[in-house]
Amino acid sequence: MTELMTPLIALLCPLVASALILLCRKHPNIREAWTIAASIAMFLLVLSMAPLIAGGETVRCILFQSMFKDIYIGFKVDAFGEIFAITASSLWVLVSFYSIGYMRALKEHAQTRYFFAFCFAIMGAVGVALSANLITLFLFFEVITVSTYPLVIHEQTPEALAAGHKYLAYLMPAGAFLLLGITITYYLSGTTEFTPGGIRALASASPIVVTGLFFAFLLGFMKAAWMPFHSWLPTAMIAPSPVSALLHAVAVVKAGVFGIVRIVGYVLGMDLMQEVGLWLALACIAGFTMIVGSFFAITQDNLKRRLAYSTISQLSYIILGAALLTRDSIEGAMLHIPFHGYMKITLFLCAGAILAATGKTKVSEMAGLGKKMPVTMLAFSVAAIGMAGIPPVCGFISKLFLCKGAYAVGSPYGLAFLAVILISSLLDVIYFFPIILTAFFKSPAGTAEETGGAGEGGREKITEAPLLMVAPLAITALLSLAFFFNQNIFYIYDLARMAISDLFGGG
Amino acid sequence: MMEWIVQHFLEKYNFWIAMFIIIIGLTATIVKKNFLKKLIGLSIFQTAFFLWVVSLGDVGRDILTSWGLKTQTPPILWMQAAEKGYIYANPLPHVLMLTGIVVSAATTAVALAIVIRIYQKYGTIEEDEIIEKEMEFERRGVL
Amino acid sequence: MLLVEHFPVIIVGLSMFLAYTMLLAGYINRRLPFFMSLAMNFFFLFLSIFVLNHVLTEGPIRYWQGGWRPPWGIEYVVDAMNAYLLIIVISIVILGLIYSKRNVEFEIEERKHVTFYTLIQLMAAGLYGITVTGDLFNMFIWLEIASLTAYALIAVAGGRALRPAYNYVIMGSIGACLYIFGVCWLYSATGTLNFADMRLLLPLVYDNKAVQMGFAMIVVGVMIKAYIFPLHLWQPDVYTYAPSTVSSMMASVHVKVMFYILLRLFYSVFTLDFIRHYIGLDLVICWVAAAAILAGSIWAIKQRNLRRMLAYSSVSQMGYILLGVGLSPLSPWGLVGAVAHILNHAVGKGCLFMCAGAIRQQEGLRDIRDFEGLGKKMPHVCAAFTIAAFSMIGIPFTAGFASKVFLIIASLDASQYPFVAVLLISGLLNLVYFWRVIDRMYFARHRGADDPAEAASDAPATVQEAAPSGPSNSAKSGRPLPLSMIAPILALASLCIILGVIWLTDIPSPLINHILSNLRMEATI
Repeated sequence: MTELMTPLIALLCPLVASALILLCRKHPNIREAWTIAASIAMFLLVLSMAPLIAGGETVRCILFQSMFKDIYIGFKVDAFGEIFAITASSLWVLVSFYSIGYMRALKEHAQTRYFFAFCFAIMGAVGVALSANLITLFLFFEVITVSTYPLVIHEQTPEALAAGHKYLAYLMPAGAFLLLGITITYYLSGTTEFTPGGIRALASASPIVVTGLFFAFLLGFMKAAWMPFHSWLPTAMIAPSPVSALLHAVAVVKAGVFGIVRIVGYVLGMDLMQEVGLWLALACIAGFTMIVGSFFAITQDNLKRRLAYSTISQLSYIILGAALLTRDSIEGAMLHIPFHGYMKITLFLCAGAILAATGKTKVSEMAGLGKKMPVTMLAFSVAAIGMAGIPPVCGFISKLFLCKGAYAVGSPYGLAFLAVILISSLLDVIYFFPIILTAFFKSPAGTAEETGGAGEGGREKITEAPLLMVAPLAITALLSLAFFFNQNIFYIYDLARMAISDLFGGG
Repeated sequence: MMEWIVQHFLEKYNFWIAMFIIIIGLTATIVKKNFLKKLIGLSIFQTAFFLWVVSLGDVGRDILTSWGLKTQTPPILWMQAAEKGYIYANPLPHVLMLTGIVVSAATTAVALAIVIRIYQKYGTIEEDEIIEKEMEFERRGVL
Repeated sequence: MLLVEHFPVIIVGLSMFLAYTMLLAGYINRRLPFFMSLAMNFFFLFLSIFVLNHVLTEGPIRYWQGGWRPPWGIEYVVDAMNAYLLIIVISIVILGLIYSKRNVEFEIEERKHVTFYTLIQLMAAGLYGITVTGDLFNMFIWLEIASLTAYALIAVAGGRALRPAYNYVIMGSIGACLYIFGVCWLYSATGTLNFADMRLLLPLVYDNKAVQMGFAMIVVGVMIKAYIFPLHLWQPDVYTYAPSTVSSMMASVHVKVMFYILLRLFYSVFTLDFIRHYIGLDLVICWVAAAAILAGSIWAIKQRNLRRMLAYSSVSQMGYILLGVGLSPLSPWGLVGAVAHILNHAVGKGCLFMCAGAIRQQEGLRDIRDFEGLGKKMPHVCAAFTIAAFSMIGIPFTAGFASKVFLIIASLDASQYPFVAVLLISGLLNLVYFWRVIDRMYFARHRGADDPAEAASDAPATVQEAAPSGPSNSAKSGRPLPLSMIAPILALASLCIILGVIWLTDIPSPLINHILSNLRMEATI
């Protein structure tokens, strides 16, 4: 246990930046510079803790001790938290550049509000990653909810406002359930610390209470978009692409699954989950979401909505990995958090680039884009291949671990879930590959008649999106590839190993 | 039977009378629609209350104390009271209620001032008519 | 006696004296009363800090008026609860005064200004008096001073405020009469009026019907004054039409001090023993509080006038404090939650009412439906409104979240689980009606050039709406808001966040421990 101020300073970066953004609202370039500076600073600070943590240490930073015994606001960065923190902060750097390009290309309004809210949202996400106990996690969780609202309704059209209301209508009651779960945990056990293997005192509570507690927490983590409480996510796709990319593919939803894995591994504990049989309930919910999410994705024509359902489905891979309670499955879940993050962000950034460059949002309109926007579509293809779990992109690695983990469960349930994973991967292929085929192998002449007047001048003028947008998505696509060959970029693999050894002990 | 009546009613006649008048006052306040009548009801309520509290100070007509048999006299200081065999009634309720009377007067004054202003504004002091006038003023945009 | 032990009576006595002096000084110069009041209240704040320090280090202050010893004389007792409340009251009075300077110039006729400030100072004197006194009848006197001045202050606005003011006079007087009625029942059974003496004598007569009657009457009387559901009926109209400063000060401190009377009665005069064993009221109080919480929020959702919505929200928030009080026989955390919420609500609601007044002053808007785009026109006020609204909703890192957490833990500790659900649901209900306002202020429809059709279809709708809601847009000053109004609003909003963080830490625990032990509850923190 090392006492460092790094977590606090890392979180202060976006906080200070948000104030500076507000102050510099009249000077766009300086304002953007604060975002870039804060994102780079935060990433470097978070990364600096990684070698220490991968070596087995945890970094602790207590902020306030409250009047209650054993409730304090503070950070305790262990391996699992560090994985999420690195994911979120590294991607913030890239998405900041992308945001600048996007906002300027589309000449968006209310940019200051956008960057201001983005800082808070990322602060919330990384705060969730670094938190030491349930109370701190809750505080930052709610910060995420509140700060992403202005981002969701950014466009301020009636649909955006309605989407924002639906967003809050799902996530605020979720916050209430989370608070309920946390207070029950405190009441039953006197602590809300994250303890690898679960809080001991909870094991002596009656199974009914534990089941109720688990479902309270599960409802509290509606951010993980598990069915049937998932529909806020496709509706929230009305937000600008950088928001959908970083927040709704990486930060917000990953905070949700992060929370669920924390509950399974560090609050209730794997033994208790096994004993009461909750792992099966969670696995069924996850499996259902995976399959049904993929089916919904196939039916969507709007690209971002298709990606949203894909996200819903992929998040449940992580939940399933956590639910199966084996070494490999949890390791697969932990690895899928960053890997899926990088791949999904590539996909969303591409969608945004396509929107910015051509104004197209539907898959059916994307014929011939492969020639006009080669870099974008190539990145898209790389990420799509990875999502389907095909080498040489990193998605294959995490899915491999998940499959091994499912097989390791031993009982027929394990084989059933293995089948679910494979079927879902197949469905992933079914909804991703048509996009690639349409883009590269269909000629645009067929679409000019359909789009009628909108096709005027379109064919000649479509080129790549601005560099500020294309460069980040290329980088994330390259990283997705690179992760396949070296899973230890940013220490991810070492951290995952360390987290598994924390949970299961040794090895 | 007779003792029961005596004990519960006749010995506590001050309670009964005061409560009766209090109820009259409260009823008037609640039931009447005219603002002045409400105020009068409030005054009745408060005055009956003062009456009751002062009656609490009554220590009994002839009362046997440790200094002998004494007769009650109002709580106004006079030098020969002790020699003449008098004992004072409890002055505290009197004093408290003097203060209360002042408060009640002030309340009545404030309420009357408000009633006057209401009359100037609405031309009536009946509650239902005032509510109607309010709605009309609101519609016309006068208020 | 130490000098600091005189401070409570200095505060109260000087306030009264000051009020009359201000009235006379007003004849010399119209602007003088405001500055006198402001300066003296700062002085009182300074004194009250020393009082709090003394109480936390040495112990309660007992001051005997005129040197007459209790139980015959009138005693002023200041312990940790009082001192804490006194500082809150004085601070909010100061902030209210600063806010009132320009607000009063806008809302109230020139000739009434001197008397307005005099009445505010008298009301403040009454509130200080209730806070520091240790005698039941003395409390009635200060209660009436505070109430009479409040009646007059509300009627100052004229117009629509007159009938609600009259209503308040009648109901408030009935309430005060019931209070003194109850005190006289207690007096008839014990022969004393002093808190401490009463506390010693009452256990001997707990089963006397007169004592129980007295208790009931005092509770009902104070419930009328503190607008606890269902005796709150006078309150919404009053808060909607009173001058903004008055609404703000009443919602933040006037009602808290009335609640304090209830706290004193429950903990220091009648101990919790009485409530638990002889009356069996503790759960009844909790359920009344739960009804208040839910009813207030549900009514607030239906409101279109901003201040009426805030008024019903206040009814709901009083339910929180009452819930804390009701849970306290079973769990000391209930009292902690109630005490915390006294401060948190004062700060939050004061800010919200001040924002409402500011919006009315600068833009002339009263109806929520007209608030579109207000976030750009009044950025500071809207930001403060948002933060204070977050505090009412109970979003983490704000003050309201802390009191909500304390109450939830109290409910769990007392094994009264339905109240946990009530608290969580009420947070969501608060979210519904506050978010409506925040949404309108900041995230109004983007009337872009890309939907001219939509803008055209909007226009007839707003014209139709304008006719019936015309009078809701009153005169406005049109000028930007002066600093003297923005500063208190921002100060209270930042306090919402600062207090929110402080309540999460260990810093308040000595104060809380002292309050609990002074109110004779076991300190289990």
